Amino acid sequence: MVEEIGNTTEGDLIINVGPQHPATHGVLHLIITLNGETIKKVEPHLGFIHRSIEKMCESLSYRQFIYVTSRMDYLSSHINNHACALTVEKGLQIEVPDRAKVIRILMDELTRIASHELWWGAMAMDLGAFTPFFHAFRERESINDIMEETCGARLTMNYIVPGGLMQDIHPNFQKRVKDFLSLYKSKIHEYDELITGNIIFQNRMKGVGYLSPEDAISFGVTGPAARGSGVSCDIRKLYPYDGYENLQFDEILETAGDSFARYMVRIREMQQSVRIIEQLIDNIPEGDFQTKTKAVLKLPKGEFYTRVETARGEFGVYIVSEGGTTPYRIKFRSPGFSNLSALDKMARGEKLGDLVAMMGTLDLVIPDIDR
Amino acid sequence: MVEQTNISKDFPGQVHETPGGGIVLSKLDDLINWARSNSLWPLTFATSCCGIEYMSVAGAKYDFSRFGFEVARASPRQADVIIIAGTIVNKMAPVLKRLYDQMADPKYVIAMGACAISGGPFFYNTYSVVKGADHVIPVDVYVAGCPPRPEALIHALMTLQEKIKMGMTREQIKAG
Repeated sequence: MVEEIGNTTEGDLIINVGPQHPATHGVLHLIITLNGETIKKVEPHLGFIHRSIEKMCESLSYRQFIYVTSRMDYLSSHINNHACALTVEKGLQIEVPDRAKVIRILMDELTRIASHELWWGAMAMDLGAFTPFFHAFRERESINDIMEETCGARLTMNYIVPGGLMQDIHPNFQKRVKDFLSLYKSKIHEYDELITGNIIFQNRMKGVGYLSPEDAISFGVTGPAARGSGVSCDIRKLYPYDGYENLQFDEILETAGDSFARYMVRIREMQQSVRIIEQLIDNIPEGDFQTKTKAVLKLPKGEFYTRVETARGEFGVYIVSEGGTTPYRIKFRSPGFSNLSALDKMARGEKLGDLVAMMGTLDLVIPDIDR
Repeated sequence: MVEQTNISKDFPGQVHETPGGGIVLSKLDDLINWARSNSLWPLTFATSCCGIEYMSVAGAKYDFSRFGFEVARASPRQADVIIIAGTIVNKMAPVLKRLYDQMADPKYVIAMGACAISGGPFFYNTYSVVKGADHVIPVDVYVAGCPPRPEALIHALMTLQEKIKMGMTREQIKAG
């Protein structure tokens, strides 16, 4: 008798992964139905870090609500702040100085490198290799130092605000970024030598967790996870913001759709981020870092939506304004939520041991999913 | 004779030499506490942002293995100290209590970051955040910050070591 995959039948084993589990990168709870060692169904169970951020934002002013978004996807905090600032600027119809735009992109791309590095270390650790974690944090710490010097924080920056930036960059910023780039370029080959070319690693990644382009689109998967399936979805290319249209960089696409393809997208994306930073670091225009805005911001009545590309995919901010000083409703479209929904599709029919590799390549940040 | 002088110097207040030498006296509890404080195994437990700084502390730059914390355990049954790194929400609170109950005695708790201390940035206007992890489990050391710097976490871990050596953690006071 052929069993229908997806329905629980007698003899199936149901196991729980999480909420406290090192491979879930937070507090995600997965209820997995197994037949022997084959996965029949994966049910993600959310809400263990639901902090009601959207509801909270309704009682915060347009300057205040940005700091909460740093805590959502804390690995792309600059990019989250950027999206919120763009939405408020769209509502206020103010233009940001060129200097602020360039610094914003520099910060975004540095954040993207830092995020992908942490992903790389954590991903290798999920598969049992501990050393890459130290290599990843070696480079990540130097980015954190740059951030700390300019923004005052290592992780939750709150640096990009409506109208520009919180403050000007530190005088050492350009020198430190150039130092980082030369350090990074001298070390990047270690990543490939240690992990990418490793035959054990490749055997665990190739052909595992296939996601077809059609499924990726229908689940709303974005970011590197979708680009690994060949779906072109880079917001920086399709709907450029703050001057991405003037920059030379490639949208990375892989067509295999398996875990290794998603891995390669992120590895190659880091090099594109380096390319973007190199184009801008010597060309930061002089001028103000902020336009003059009123002390209390009031958005006109209406609905505003902007999207940006975070390290995980498309992040959207939707503000409904009634004309007051606080938003009537805020909705965040977080990339992690849609990416997680495709996990069930990817995992069905695969072995339990490969589930961690699939989850690793989705690069989940749980507070981003639960909000 | 020279060796014994060194011993009393290494364990101030814990190892006493008798006049004339030869015999070393100490309280067994002090020796056990000293041994325990230098081999604390943390639980890999992180709910949100502070978890990344926790990972930084485990990384090579800050390196908490210098103080005996490197054996991070994924199972609460093997862990000695739970570092609450991140916000605890209502749905997570029973899970945290269960994790704490599963840990073997003696067990210690560090509340890392503003969220674990008081709810932090999520104190006002939220319906789902527990306003401080000490509503759920007893906490020994609090670290301020959002998120705390890695140095601050290391300081907290060393404060915990001192508390254990002095027999001042909640578990030890409760046990008498």
